[in-house]
Amino acid sequence: MAQSAESLPGAPKARQRPADRIFAGSSRGAGILILATLAAVSAFLLIEGFPALTTPPEEISILEEQSFIVYVTPLVFGTLWAAALALLMAFPISIGIALFISHYAPRKIAVGLGYAVDLLAAVPSVVYGLWGGVILAPGIRPLYMWLEENLGFIPLFAGPTSGTGRTILTAAIVLAVMVLPIITAVSREVFLQTPRLYEEAALALGATRWEMIRSVVLPVGRGGIISAAMLGLGRALGETLAVAMVLSATGIITVNLISSTNPSTIAANVALSFPEASGLNVNVLIASGLILFAITLVVNSIARWVINLRKDFSGAN
Amino acid sequence: MTQISNVTATSNYYASGKLPGYMTGILLLLSLVISWGFFTFFRPADPEYTVNLAVLIVVAVIVFGLIQYVASRVVEGPRKAVDRTVTLLVTLAFVVAMIPLLSLLYTVVTLGAARFDLDFFTLSMRNVVGAGGGAAHAMMGTVIMTLLAAVISVPVGLLTSIYLVEYGDGKRLARSITFFVDVMTGIPSIVAGLFAYSLFSLILGPGTRVGIAGAAALSVLMIPIVVRSSEEMLRLVPNELREASYALGVPKWLTIVKVVLPTALAGITTGVMLSIARVMGETAPLLIAAGFTNDFNFNPFSDRMQSLPNFVYYSYVAQGSVPEAYLDRAWAGALALILIVMVLNLLARLITNVFAPKYGR
Repeated sequence: MAQSAESLPGAPKARQRPADRIFAGSSRGAGILILATLAAVSAFLLIEGFPALTTPPEEISILEEQSFIVYVTPLVFGTLWAAALALLMAFPISIGIALFISHYAPRKIAVGLGYAVDLLAAVPSVVYGLWGGVILAPGIRPLYMWLEENLGFIPLFAGPTSGTGRTILTAAIVLAVMVLPIITAVSREVFLQTPRLYEEAALALGATRWEMIRSVVLPVGRGGIISAAMLGLGRALGETLAVAMVLSATGIITVNLISSTNPSTIAANVALSFPEASGLNVNVLIASGLILFAITLVVNSIARWVINLRKDFSGAN
Repeated sequence: MTQISNVTATSNYYASGKLPGYMTGILLLLSLVISWGFFTFFRPADPEYTVNLAVLIVVAVIVFGLIQYVASRVVEGPRKAVDRTVTLLVTLAFVVAMIPLLSLLYTVVTLGAARFDLDFFTLSMRNVVGAGGGAAHAMMGTVIMTLLAAVISVPVGLLTSIYLVEYGDGKRLARSITFFVDVMTGIPSIVAGLFAYSLFSLILGPGTRVGIAGAAALSVLMIPIVVRSSEEMLRLVPNELREASYALGVPKWLTIVKVVLPTALAGITTGVMLSIARVMGETAPLLIAAGFTNDFNFNPFSDRMQSLPNFVYYSYVAQGSVPEAYLDRAWAGALALILIVMVLNLLARLITNVFAPKYGR
């Protein structure tokens, strides 16, 4: 933006001073360093994760004589399953909150309510884990028992209900609370950017508030809503401590939400196994981390791509 | 007299065909009564059965939604009825989201207060098996590693954002940096920890867990946040300021240092504080890269280093011979952590509100 004047034809070129070169060079170097860091993250994970794939599984104690694929499949399933459950719960509520703050709450308190939601984002994940394990898990057990009694015919609630309440559903609820503020923040921004004139035109045509939102606010913000959900998904996939502290995992694949046998997630498994791991076990865990990295990279890239599409075509700015 | 008031009431064109404002309150009361009546008269035969207040309220809200829909549909028509129902749902979404926040804050404050004493801030966990001890070593570690991470991240992040705003304009490198910084914001924190661990294992030998590795992991998470926030702030600096400076013959680097950066300073400070608050609560990367210890360690270049989030984690996961003592310490640690993070957040917001340029809406 500052260079437009210099690029005019015939404009005098500014003299390049050594300090200028150093400053430009170092700021550019910092940018390249970031790209290099990202490349290094992938490179180091590849280097350290590779031995886990090439070494025969008999020599790695953590695999228990199975192949790496067999070891990691339940973890990948658990990661995706927990994140999907969390998103399923958090998404509608976040959209509701974002609408509440942007279009329903009185303008004077809306900003304060926005801060309250942002506070949720500021709470460290270890505190969520502590809360989920000590307060939520025992507190929500009656609900699981009710679900087993009345909806037990659905495989999701087949039970038997876990005695501690530390199931994948509890973990997903904690995850949902954690991704809520992220989805809310992004979609709130998007809703606030809806052109005022469209909204007023809809209201002037006699639309109720909901009809106005359905016909103007949601279509205009669709791209933003999708990417908000993807960002939330990315966060839920990578969240470690909240799952590690809440879930009591057994490493099997099941869709049963309330029993005491649950699939673990990649991140939680790494956190729980890493402190005691040594030798090739470390490489196995790093390789599983690489898979998690790849999954989140894909999800986040899609989210950013959708956001950028929106930026180019949106009439809001 | 009565006649006149009757006339005004019926001839109010705008209020006709609408539910009066006080109706919401009446319906709400009615649904609470219905819900209470339901649980009182249709209770199971079990004499020990007590009505759960939460269930009572949930049923009351559902009943309220139904009654309101029907009443509104009869008086105001289906469109208005749907509108009212959506308003209820949207408000409910907000209330539901506030429940975990309030529950969490309440528990952390009440349970954390038990061990929130002087010992907690002055003692380490060395040779402590039961009650007593403190988290001073963990706080020390958190401060050291976070400061180191800030020392690495702030210059890199700030310089990158300067490049993006002042030099990069439209170049392919700038575009790819913007994209990958966004992607980097989404790196799972545990992956950052694994990266730092791999890096320092290759340099210092396998199994190395040191404070500086933790700081490196934190910087991977911190840099993208700093870049994003300072880039936004630098873009807010009016171009007229830069042009005025160039017109006076000031070189570009001096313009950036003396004009652009001071103008954006408040916003940049806010961004840095928010990023510090964010990484201070990170547990997973430090668990991997810095390990844990019960002792003070002031040297980030050798031996393991404890951090406050990890202190909370280990107090919860590895409850020793006296579980209550460990849990009490965990809650006190959580309280201290939340307080630090909240204070940083509030300070950051205060700086923004006082110094930042004002926007419309």
